Amino acid sequence: MMIDMSGLESAPSLLGVNDELSGGFLRAPSFELPSTIDFDGFQKEAKQTLKHAKGTTTLAFIFKEGVMVAADSRASMGGYISSQSVKKIIEINPYMLGTMAGGAADCQFWHRNLGIKCRLHELANKRRISVAGASKLLANILYSYRGMGLSVGTMIAGWDETGPGLYYVDSEGGRLKGTRFSVGSGSPYAYGVLDNGYRYDMSIEEGAELARRAIYHATFRDGASGGVASVYYVGPNGWKKLFGDDVGELHYKYYPVVQGTVEQEMIEVSGA
Amino acid sequence: MSIFEYNGSALVAMVGKNCFAIASDRRLGVQLQTIATDFQRISKIHEKLYIGLAGLATDAQTLYQRLVFRHKLYQLREERDMKPETFANLVSAILYEKRFGPYFCQPVIAGLGDNDEPFICTMDSIGAKELAKDFVVGGTASESLYGACESMYKPDMEAEELFETISQALLASVDRDCLSGWGGHVFVVTPTEVIERTLKGRMD
Repeated sequence: MMIDMSGLESAPSLLGVNDELSGGFLRAPSFELPSTIDFDGFQKEAKQTLKHAKGTTTLAFIFKEGVMVAADSRASMGGYISSQSVKKIIEINPYMLGTMAGGAADCQFWHRNLGIKCRLHELANKRRISVAGASKLLANILYSYRGMGLSVGTMIAGWDETGPGLYYVDSEGGRLKGTRFSVGSGSPYAYGVLDNGYRYDMSIEEGAELARRAIYHATFRDGASGGVASVYYVGPNGWKKLFGDDVGELHYKYYPVVQGTVEQEMIEVSGA
Repeated sequence: MSIFEYNGSALVAMVGKNCFAIASDRRLGVQLQTIATDFQRISKIHEKLYIGLAGLATDAQTLYQRLVFRHKLYQLREERDMKPETFANLVSAILYEKRFGPYFCQPVIAGLGDNDEPFICTMDSIGAKELAKDFVVGGTASESLYGACESMYKPDMEAEELFETISQALLASVDRDCLSGWGGHVFVVTPTEVIERTLKGRMD
């Protein structure tokens, strides 16, 4: 049994039904369904066994100069840290970035898939896809798989003809336009720092420092976030990686260990 | 999630030449949320006897208070400190009292006995003792700790080398565990002195 995804195609295929020629690119990908009576139960169980990279902190915000995107780099399975060097900011093309929260495989696969679609759009229309368009492409695909166990919480950030763009897209089908987002288990902590320090007219340096600090504070409080705080900036000339700092060192940079007075004598309070 | 993993912990004890070391992490969390990074899991019973309690923090503190109480009664009656073996038996008995509603703790006991013979042992939450000649581990990072200790431990280390080994084993292990870490706390006990140090570690 296969799911019919033909309804997903944005434009009728120019090559007709010839699958050989199109190499499968024009069709929306389809997957075999498991042969089980209790489909929902199976999905729920399967989701729990192959859950990976749950627990993340990612954030992005629009400001005067463009969009700042930042993330941690930890992947965990339950309490175990399976990696401290995951690339959670995915480079879709030189002008667009995606962030990764939720299932690692789901995010990686669908961002790559989105990259293909964006390139195809570019070739067909002789101009780059808008951030709104790209995020909608992804949101529509995720919506078509709704309830089937995909786990994706992502932000699509980039620069198009209209200027900076930022969208939040998730596997429940949600798609939100905004100027400030944070996604993942560490997001409440990141929002705390971000909302407190955010100003629209920040410089690139200030913005990058705010993003890095928000990620750092999230990794400190959230057990499932950590590793490296990467910060990307997207401006009119595309994205650029600004920081990739190890949080282990960042902590002692922000809060140097002060050599406490080893022995403190009790001094009687005079007067009183 | 298991109640043993609610607060997160990492505990390890090692035997050296006429000395022992016991170390723990410093985190107190509520599941993934870090509440404090200066939590004490290892407590002194007397000059040459220490106990670390991994697992649920509230039970660790209650259990510790009961153990201190019982040890004080013993001191009054016997006019001497408890031997580590005796203390381990006491802990075991107190834990088994609550066989059907246990303290959610895994104790790690380390001490110097008569002739400064080092003694280490661990238990499950209902008091099944497990004695070891080399090292014992406990807490949410116990699997990583087994690996680290298995590869780093050597018999008959002197105090300074033992400190280095236990510290490296602890820090390496908690870096693979979400629920423990945020610094370390080490005690190295020799017949003549007690070295107590706090370790800088990754704070994520």
